[in-house]
Amino acid sequence: MGIQIGKFIGVNIAKAVLLIIAISVVCFILVSASPVDPVRAYVGEVGMANMSQEALQQLNDYFGVNTPFWERYFNWLGDFVRGDMGQSLIYRQPVADVIGVKFINSMALMITAWIISGILGFILGIIAGMRRGSAADKLIKGYSLLLASTPSFWLALIMLMIFAVWLQWLPIGLSVPIGVDASEVSIFDTARHLILPALTLSVIGVANIALHTREKVIDVMEADYIVYARACGESTRQILKNHGLRNILLPAITLQFASFSEIFGGSVLVEQVFSYPGLGNAAVSAGLSGDVPMLLGIAVISAALVFTGNLIANILYGVIDPRIRRSMLHE
Amino acid sequence: MNDVHAVPVLQRAKKARFSLRKRTIAVLVLTVGFLLTITVAGVLCGDAAVTTDFTQKNFAPSFADPFGTDWLGRDMLARTLRGLSISIFIGLGASTVSAVIALILGTMAATLGSKVDAVITWLVDLLMGIPHLLLLILISFALGKGTVGVIVAVALSHWPSLTRVLRGEILQIKEEDYVKIARKMGQSRWQIAVKHILPHIFPQFLVGLILLFPHAILHEASITFLGFGLPPEQPGIGNILSESMSYLSMGMWWLAVFPGVALLLTVILFDTAGGNLRKLIDPFSAQD
Repeated sequence: MGIQIGKFIGVNIAKAVLLIIAISVVCFILVSASPVDPVRAYVGEVGMANMSQEALQQLNDYFGVNTPFWERYFNWLGDFVRGDMGQSLIYRQPVADVIGVKFINSMALMITAWIISGILGFILGIIAGMRRGSAADKLIKGYSLLLASTPSFWLALIMLMIFAVWLQWLPIGLSVPIGVDASEVSIFDTARHLILPALTLSVIGVANIALHTREKVIDVMEADYIVYARACGESTRQILKNHGLRNILLPAITLQFASFSEIFGGSVLVEQVFSYPGLGNAAVSAGLSGDVPMLLGIAVISAALVFTGNLIANILYGVIDPRIRRSMLHE
Repeated sequence: MNDVHAVPVLQRAKKARFSLRKRTIAVLVLTVGFLLTITVAGVLCGDAAVTTDFTQKNFAPSFADPFGTDWLGRDMLARTLRGLSISIFIGLGASTVSAVIALILGTMAATLGSKVDAVITWLVDLLMGIPHLLLLILISFALGKGTVGVIVAVALSHWPSLTRVLRGEILQIKEEDYVKIARKMGQSRWQIAVKHILPHIFPQFLVGLILLFPHAILHEASITFLGFGLPPEQPGIGNILSESMSYLSMGMWWLAVFPGVALLLTVILFDTAGGNLRKLIDPFSAQD
């Protein structure tokens, strides 16, 4: 049994590593195909005109403009594995350092939103599913369907307008107050700047999990063992606690882990609106100004994040449901 | 599964004047009509969306200007309609391309043996592993941003989920008796695919195509908002909203609220149209 689980996890990790390497190849092809000239992006238009031919040639060599694609890729991969992601063009710092800082900011935002939306969505889904057809159900379902179609950046704009411009309760942007020394920034300040972006992400994230949990509750409540429990005289509350909850919780948790990709996408947009200095914001500036090493680094890190989520979801399923584990191993 | 509870619901007489089917058709026609109106209006308003008029700038919404005007005196209603129609055209083209890719790959995965299946499934996993928005940024970056970039990015990135659905559907159909009989009667794989499988999944394909619209439209707007999509002089919804950000702190709320609501409505209309079409052509969801 223990060996089986170990093998199952091993197989999954191997698959994920292979996919991440493949993703890095795809990203590398995409950024290589770009018409943006790395040297031009690095020195700017004025630099291009003023620099000597030799200096430009040196930069060309440095960026490997004339090196064959695969050689360039393996150089990059070799450095990447050793923790050197290259030099960021816009921050003029090693990419790994920049990403390290942004990653922590982004994680603070995403994990807050992830937990709030997960718990809230789960509770709302149970309420809607248990009282199917009631006013509460219609309200929750309507809310979820509406939010599922709402552009997240627009919701962020609306939040900004209501809470920062109109009511002036919360700051407009950035993760720390402007003009305050970094050492004087308190946890409270950071938290205050986190509220609006996290709130926006949570409000959007609730929709998916609530709808899914609702379906699951309806399914479970129609199962024979629930009908039997009801016939034995258990109250609805007891049935939910004793028989329903665990069956509903597992798929909800796995769904939440599998939704890293959407949360990341949402955070890119929300970070942009609130100028919150996270990975998404950095990816957008890197893309706009042709900072290839930065863009590559973020793409691979975010892919790793998504796969970690999927991996945890798969393992949770596999460890708890033996049917899935067996079918995965026999593939 | 749900026989215990479903029976009384099915037998409860409904005092509906229209049958469910008629109502579904009515909703479908209404939504499609509304979307067509938006598109045509957007095309017709032409220059009004970019004409500046400095005598009428920063007007709040009124009866004359329902959506207000911006800091250059451009009519926000015209700009919004124009932006929506651009979005709808891009969404239409992009989701058609994506759906066709999904149909081809899904059919190939399900019919051409286990090796092809493994490759395509792996490809789907691969593309779903990159956060969608980042993939859009990367493709758009590879093509040097701009209109072409956003169209290609949206068209090339929406097929994985539909491919998965169609592949599963075809794998199921392959196990049906009539397909097995056709094989026993000596029909080739190609014949079976074209004559027996494709007609069967066509409804799924069509619904999947329409339900891709909302995603395509939202992604186009998002990527334009971030600055990778339509050029700033085009009145795309993404551009309108990103420009509005500089004027929000001055209290010009209408620049962001109305275009956003209009975009939201368009997305919901497409969703409703797709859902109702599914009810019409997919017998399993007819009673939803």
